[in-house]
Amino acid sequence: MARIGVFVCHCGENIGRTVDCARVAEALRDLPGVVHSVDYKYMCSDPGQQMVKQAIAEKGLTGVVVAACSPHMHEKTFRRAASGAGLNPFLCEMANIREHCSWIHEDREMATAKAIDIARTLVEKVKRNRPLKTIQIPVTRRALVIGGGIAGIQAALDIADGGREVVLVEKEPSIGGHMSQLSETFPTLDCSQCILTPRMVEVYQHPRIRLYAYSEVESVQGYIGNFRVTIRRKARSVDEDKCNGCGACTQACPNRKVPSEFECGLGKRPAIYVPFPQAVPNLPTIDRSRCLLFLNRAKGRPDTCKKCAEACSKGAIDFDQQDRLVTEEVGAIVVATGYQVYSIGKETGRDDLHGYGEYGYGTLPDVIDGLQFERLASASGPTAGRILRPSDGKEPKRVVFLQCIGSRDPAKGMEYCSKICCMYVAKHTMLYKHKVHDGQATVFYMDIRAAGKGYDEFTRRAIEEEGARYIRGRVSRIWRDGEVLKVQGFDTLSGRPILMDADLVVLATAVRPQPGIEALAQKLNVSYDRHGFINEAHPKLRPVETSTAGVFVAGACQAPRDIPDSVAMASATASKVLGLFASEMLEREPTVAVVNDALCAGCFHCERVCPYGAVEHREVRNRAGQVVRVVAYVNPGVCQGCGTCQATCPSKSVELQGFTDDQVYQQIQALGL
Amino acid sequence: MARIGYFPGCSLHGTSREYDESLRALLAAMETSVEEIDDWSCCGASSAHQGGRLLGVALPARNLARAEAQGLAEVLAPCAACYSRLAASRHEMDRDPDLAAKVRLVLAREDFRNGVQVKNLLQVLRDRLTDLKAAVRVPLKDLKVACYYGCLLVRPPEVTGGFDDPEAPSSMEEICRALGATPVAWNRRLDCCGASLSLARSPSVIRLGSTILQDARKAGAEVVVTACPMCHSNLDFRQQAMRHRGALEGEMPVLFLSELAGLALGLPPKVLGLHRHFVPTGSVTSRFAAAAGEVG
Repeated sequence: MARIGVFVCHCGENIGRTVDCARVAEALRDLPGVVHSVDYKYMCSDPGQQMVKQAIAEKGLTGVVVAACSPHMHEKTFRRAASGAGLNPFLCEMANIREHCSWIHEDREMATAKAIDIARTLVEKVKRNRPLKTIQIPVTRRALVIGGGIAGIQAALDIADGGREVVLVEKEPSIGGHMSQLSETFPTLDCSQCILTPRMVEVYQHPRIRLYAYSEVESVQGYIGNFRVTIRRKARSVDEDKCNGCGACTQACPNRKVPSEFECGLGKRPAIYVPFPQAVPNLPTIDRSRCLLFLNRAKGRPDTCKKCAEACSKGAIDFDQQDRLVTEEVGAIVVATGYQVYSIGKETGRDDLHGYGEYGYGTLPDVIDGLQFERLASASGPTAGRILRPSDGKEPKRVVFLQCIGSRDPAKGMEYCSKICCMYVAKHTMLYKHKVHDGQATVFYMDIRAAGKGYDEFTRRAIEEEGARYIRGRVSRIWRDGEVLKVQGFDTLSGRPILMDADLVVLATAVRPQPGIEALAQKLNVSYDRHGFINEAHPKLRPVETSTAGVFVAGACQAPRDIPDSVAMASATASKVLGLFASEMLEREPTVAVVNDALCAGCFHCERVCPYGAVEHREVRNRAGQVVRVVAYVNPGVCQGCGTCQATCPSKSVELQGFTDDQVYQQIQALGL
Repeated sequence: MARIGYFPGCSLHGTSREYDESLRALLAAMETSVEEIDDWSCCGASSAHQGGRLLGVALPARNLARAEAQGLAEVLAPCAACYSRLAASRHEMDRDPDLAAKVRLVLAREDFRNGVQVKNLLQVLRDRLTDLKAAVRVPLKDLKVACYYGCLLVRPPEVTGGFDDPEAPSSMEEICRALGATPVAWNRRLDCCGASLSLARSPSVIRLGSTILQDARKAGAEVVVTACPMCHSNLDFRQQAMRHRGALEGEMPVLFLSELAGLALGLPPKVLGLHRHFVPTGSVTSRFAAAAGEVG
């Protein structure tokens, strides 16, 4: 005979405000099989859990229903409590009267009635729950890190230094990410390359890191502890084993007019190129969309130019190289794909608008974005660190910086703050002042958001010591008048329109996730927001985990992040990964499908519908060892407990543990519909 | 023959008769019949919507309701202010069902569905760009035009439905290119002409207008093209005052887009009302109307 205990939680005001919890407990008390029913302000608190434990011990409960929040929130808490009192944890169930009831209703009477109904169905279910045992599965103790920017580099090094192998995948020819493009970094003004490139070399030389540069994740199968990842190694058209990185091929290439991605279009590169001198790996790549030989091949013409191959003394150029697919087994995945800057005049939240046409980006050569300014200020940049404007190569004496271009603008589809711009604009004004002593930097800002260690001091320094002029307001239009740019705006502090001359305008554009992030997120089965930023599992308590177990997130692919934040997140993912790899076996919930051999007819409908490929064939033999039948078998390590097989099986011979047909039917019946 | 509703508004029956004449001639040449909204009334521009939201919406809505009753699917409002008021009224009612219900009550038109599309001349011509191109008899070869949008033709995007970029529009240039003309790149395409301050603060209008015209000239334009009676009046009629105050030298003809298109379609200048301008249009008509004469 069932002896069920019901525990109704007020969740402070969260449930108590709309649901009469005492009445719910009262109503449940009279149900057949219920021997204990109480309500309490905070059931998840220590005294609350004690109530559950005590009742199990004193009243000999055979099942527990906690009417409170979503099982996502506290199922684990109460199952642990039940287990502590000697009850099998899977005999404890949550009735969700918060997310499914109190939060979404206003009428107290109706909400209370609904809460009673929800709890009643769970009582009927728990009566039929069977004790279950957690499943132990082996863990492949290797990690995959996607993205070779500073976040990916940090995560890979931390995991590898922690003693586990790492596979690092980077889609560009070199690792380094956006940080390698930066001149100096806030708030200390240390050289970005100087602190980054040693880390890049460390990655390359680390015995436990396998680097796949110029590669992309093709597909992901499996589950936590047991992922099988296919990686596309894009054809560089250069044999990595033969190439010694001498650079003769890049010198020989006749097509030298390709806009360099690394220089943000401010410099040129050949069709066979190394993105920047400190690239890791130091291997050239043929850009087939720009190489004369491949362009000719695309038109069906014979190969003409082979200058790079002729220049190569190692015979490393391989025009016939194909993309290769490699498979790696890993137990955890870190997503660190980073960001791109908002492309002004090309994308907005709405397809029919281009966004900021009034600033003339793309038509006025001296209107550039923040990343382009980094390249102008960088010693390794196209101007060797001199601030020279693109149109005529003259040194600009008046530079105007505009903050919040795209960011915080719902009309452009980006209502969020990009976080890094206030700081990098302050940095830009300083770098400019250090290089052009008689120059005047002017900044148009909405607010100065400089929260961070030493950050506010940094922006104050830009204003008070380095002479940057900060104007609170927006710019409405920029146009060209001869050699100067006219900047028309509004000073909202003095309440006056402003018209000023500028030689160079720098737009602090919004941070957006990398293109293709949605496709990658779908391969990994992790959720993302409407901008494409990967969602963390919990915004406060699980900031580096995702909706899929074993997949973690670091850096600017989760939200706009600066370097210290990205590095901190990356180290956090590494500690999560190393924690996961601490033991050889992993515990999993036993809510998996089980096939009844005696009933299974071997039609394998379940195999065809299973989205996880968990259904296998099993031979049933007689005493003589002869195969008499072939039946379905669900691999508990692969099964995700979705229940599709159960719904499909014509002979009702497969059941999901914890969610059997009988349990679900009784739940429905309890509603008296 | 295609059919389009027509809301002329006060300007096209008064100060901007040439806009009305040229439009009717142009659309007739493009085999589109123009059907004026029966018993149309004021759009309420400039004052009604400042007096109260309901009045500002209901006044234009009366015209939309009449157009709907006439079975018109789309209405051309050539005046930028009329267009803005009509389109804004439609947009507001779309967004706010309570307001729409109130307007139906005020108008005593229970059956009003708010289903009429409101378009300005840019939209109408761009919709028919292929037809327009095919109808060109006298390509406006080498004519450098400054396309002047002003404030309301492409803004705000919520009201215009975003048919063109509100900050970097291109539809008028596209149309002018189809006519064979060469649009110049200039800076003052979206600046304010001074609008209704023309009478109350004419020095402001002279300052704003002369800045626009000077910039057009600096960019090499031979003619400024507009699709708004207010803009036209401020830029055409006020040129004498601009010269008087030393804000402008020489003359810059200002043509309605419909006049320019009419010329390219070979329509006689007189039919297009080109003789009604304050600034003589001879510098343009002499180049293209002679050829038009041959076409007949």
